[in-house]
Amino acid sequence: MSLTHYLVLAAILFAIGATTVLLRRNAIIVFMGVELMLNSTNLLLVTFSRMHGNLSGQVLAFFVMVVAAAEVVVGLAIIVTIFRTRRSASVDDVNLLKS
Amino acid sequence: MHTLISLTAPAVVPAVEPVVAADWPGADAAVLLVALPLLSAAVLLLLGRRSDRWGHWLGVLASAGSFVVGVVLLLGMLGLPAEQRVHDVHLGTWLDAGALSIDAGLRVDPLSLTFVLLVTFVGTLIHVYSVAYMEHDAARRRFFAYLNLFVAAMLLLVLADSYVLLFVGWEGVGLASYLLIGFWNHHTPYAVAAKKAFVANRVGDVGLLVAMGLMFATFGSLDFSTVHANVAQASESTLTLIGIALLVAACGKSAQFPLQSWLGDAMAGPTPVSALIHAATMVTAGVYLIVRSGVIYAGAPTAQLVVAIIGAITLLFGAVVGCAKDDIKKALAASTMSQIGYMVLAAGLGPIGYAFAIFHLVTHGFFKAGMFLGAGSVMHGMDDQVDMRRFGGLGRYMKITYFTFMAGWLAILGIPPFAGFFSKDKIIEAAFVPVDGQPWRAWVFGTIALLGAGITAFYMSRLFFMTFEGKKRWSETRDGHEQHPHESPALMWVPMAVLAVGSVALGWVLQAVGFVTWLEPSVGHAEHEEPVLGVPVLIGLTLIAVALGLALAWRRYAVSTVPVAPPVGTVLTRAARVDLYQDAVNDAVLVEPGQYLTRSLVYGDKAVVDGAVTGLARLTVGTGDLVRRAQNGFARSYAAVMVVGVVVLAVVVLAVRG
Amino acid sequence: MSHVLTVLPAAAGALTESGQTSTAEAVLFWVLGPIMVLAALGLLFARKAVHAALAVVLVMISLAFLYVAQGAEFLGVVQVVVYTGAVMMLFLFVLMLVGVDRSDSLVETIRGQRWIGVLAGLGLGVVLAGVVGRATYGTPAGIEEANAGSNPAAIAHLIFGQHVFAMEVVGALLVTAALGALVLTHRQRLTRKVGQRERAERRLREGGYPVSLPAPGVYARHNALDVPALDPEGRPIEASVPRVLRVRGQEADAREYAARIDRVLAGGWATGAGTFTSNRDVDDPHGRTAPTPGTPGTDATETDDEEGAR
Repeated sequence: MSLTHYLVLAAILFAIGATTVLLRRNAIIVFMGVELMLNSTNLLLVTFSRMHGNLSGQVLAFFVMVVAAAEVVVGLAIIVTIFRTRRSASVDDVNLLKS
Repeated sequence: MHTLISLTAPAVVPAVEPVVAADWPGADAAVLLVALPLLSAAVLLLLGRRSDRWGHWLGVLASAGSFVVGVVLLLGMLGLPAEQRVHDVHLGTWLDAGALSIDAGLRVDPLSLTFVLLVTFVGTLIHVYSVAYMEHDAARRRFFAYLNLFVAAMLLLVLADSYVLLFVGWEGVGLASYLLIGFWNHHTPYAVAAKKAFVANRVGDVGLLVAMGLMFATFGSLDFSTVHANVAQASESTLTLIGIALLVAACGKSAQFPLQSWLGDAMAGPTPVSALIHAATMVTAGVYLIVRSGVIYAGAPTAQLVVAIIGAITLLFGAVVGCAKDDIKKALAASTMSQIGYMVLAAGLGPIGYAFAIFHLVTHGFFKAGMFLGAGSVMHGMDDQVDMRRFGGLGRYMKITYFTFMAGWLAILGIPPFAGFFSKDKIIEAAFVPVDGQPWRAWVFGTIALLGAGITAFYMSRLFFMTFEGKKRWSETRDGHEQHPHESPALMWVPMAVLAVGSVALGWVLQAVGFVTWLEPSVGHAEHEEPVLGVPVLIGLTLIAVALGLALAWRRYAVSTVPVAPPVGTVLTRAARVDLYQDAVNDAVLVEPGQYLTRSLVYGDKAVVDGAVTGLARLTVGTGDLVRRAQNGFARSYAAVMVVGVVVLAVVVLAVRG
Repeated sequence: MSHVLTVLPAAAGALTESGQTSTAEAVLFWVLGPIMVLAALGLLFARKAVHAALAVVLVMISLAFLYVAQGAEFLGVVQVVVYTGAVMMLFLFVLMLVGVDRSDSLVETIRGQRWIGVLAGLGLGVVLAGVVGRATYGTPAGIEEANAGSNPAAIAHLIFGQHVFAMEVVGALLVTAALGALVLTHRQRLTRKVGQRERAERRLREGGYPVSLPAPGVYARHNALDVPALDPEGRPIEASVPRVLRVRGQEADAREYAARIDRVLAGGWATGAGTFTSNRDVDDPHGRTAPTPGTPGTDATETDDEEGAR
């Protein structure tokens, strides 16, 4: 088995995550789709790191995790705030972009 | 009597060079002429109702003041030798724009002083008359403000030393005329009449503007002295164009064919206005303009011929219309038109006629104003009735009006020794003088002038007989009011009497003091020339024509009974009653095409211009509507677009890289 | 920690000469890969958000395994700790906050979004897989050399050496994010806080009952919450019966007791003594047929109303 398999797996996960973002309406699930996409890139980074015999990829994946954690904190806070004011966690109810 | 007649024929026209007023400081007083009535008008208009009690007397005073100043100037000028009688009073630089530099200044010369005296004297009399005539009008003070404004504008018109300043006065009298014709503008027809006069005058103004433009292009200046001094340098065609444009201006202001249609309707104004503006002074401004520009016409024989033709046409036109009108004021207006036709004809004859045109203008100003005031007096006594068919026998009830009107009537007929005989008959004789060795002109214009005299005698006698002679055709009550003709108060008949004295004696007096010679510094000297017929023959013919017209009118309107309802009449009568279809022609030729053009333009504006603009707007809105659908506000849609974009980008990159 | 790592296969991430993975790793991959894909699809299709969250947890734990298998032991542990331990639990908390039993409606509201989403997702997957598959890589170098010593130590060297500035910045970012979350979820108090004291004062201000309500009628022969207490004049006090009973209509008829008390006071001790035994005796027809005129019924309703308003 070559390392390309990891890459393909990462691509599949990424595509599934993106599809989740597009199809689901629950903001939390959409968020989980985003997390899935981040994770798939992490897998990619780790695999590349192994291919190159260089730990920079892993370090980058580490930073991605930290940033993702920060992002999750803020994102969930936003979701909670929106839920408080609108009693809904559906992204479709927040179409305030269209006045 | 014929010995008094000293005809002169064109020689070289010596335009007397204006003298700077240094040697005659009194000329500066001419400013007062304009300033006094203008100040009075401003006071009356600005003070408003506070001046209601004494405003009319202030108006009279201002006009009389101007007259006094005019007399002082006259006395001063009489003390000067003839060659020093043309003065330019410099007031200051008015416009200074590049090549165009115009000085405001007044020209005091015999011609302008003649007008000044006519305007202020007749004007003052009419002011006095109006005090009584307008007594029961709530807006009398405003009326006097307008009258003063008119006097100021008219004096500015005749005193101006440049065409531009003349134009200011020209517009000023137009404005005053508009305001006064529409003085009772709560009657819609009166307001319409005022508007009509205003618009017709604007047509003439365009002529004056064109003339000024041509003059500036040709001579680079617009003041009389420069223009007249440089006429010799201009080509004949240019001078002809200028002359025609000036004639258009004169036609508009003086109600000459084909711009005459407004004058009849202008009788909507109060009668003193008709007397002052639409008989004695403003309508003669066209004659003044032509005479003042005589030097230009001297260089443009074609234009001069056109002037004579227009005068001849209007002369007959007005006379024919006058025969059919039953409205006493409109009959007088037609007569005015016809008489000004005489003046324009005279002015079109060249230097030989200028002096006589002005002469007739002055006498006409007296007797026509007197007759208008008489008509006003009749209306005053007859409860504002103007239909002559409902007068009759009024001479027994209004003695003073009867005699003063009779003086005017005899004067306009040209019966010796009344004023008209000295002025009009000389125009007829001048018309018979061959110009440039072309006898046909003498015959044509002379015959027309002679014919006009006969018709004038007929319609003026008709007017006089229908009003003052014959049986009474008015009933004791009219519209529920009791109707009892009575003489007007002294404030009204005294001015009429003064004017009647002028109608009787002015011609002879002016002849005796050498009025024609007095005007020579302004209009030039013309050598004597013989008409195609002998002078005594012409006088005889004229008197015969007048007698015929008089007799015919006597038979039809004094001896026989005049029907109260107008008879159907001949084709000519019916046409004359509607001003020879002038209004219909104007409507068909100008108004309707104008309205059609306006409507087409409106349609074009809506369809093309608005269509393009709104179409563009609609296109934008439509595009926006389409694009708006993409902006549905759902974050997921935007995300979908992003993902699709990424996919497409990746596919493109892969495809390009193979 | 190092002794934990030594438990792991010593040659984690080791490759053959041709760049192939070891058989053990291949087995691990082929076991975990389908599980991960299925779990990810679970995220996509689960009706309930909790199920989706659990599926993601499964994916993440599997990922941790794959990290360790690829010689990224540190990341594998961090993955478990940070993602499955912290992030996903946070998700679950929020889910509970928002409403755990809420299931997502599957009816698509945006026209065409479903098809666009499916096509875009499939297209993305195909294109990415195509890119990854078609790309040519050199022979994989393997991670053993870089991991010499141990993987955490090597990574620590990099993070605190080469990338120390990024590390600091990321730390600041985390603090900012935490503060941001605090600010976002903070609710501004718009009115003054109402405590016990304020409540008591308000009750007095509104003319309420200043002291505790009288206890229900507890007598020697009858003691139950549904019997009103009697005032010194023998009238029943409606407010002494708990409001819940009154609202439900389970209160005993006060007038009846008043009548009986009157009879007792009049010396009728023996009569009807047996009926005082229990609460249910209220329903006894005998008891109801003898109401004493003059017993204040209107007063009772007024008190009742007042209580109801409270």
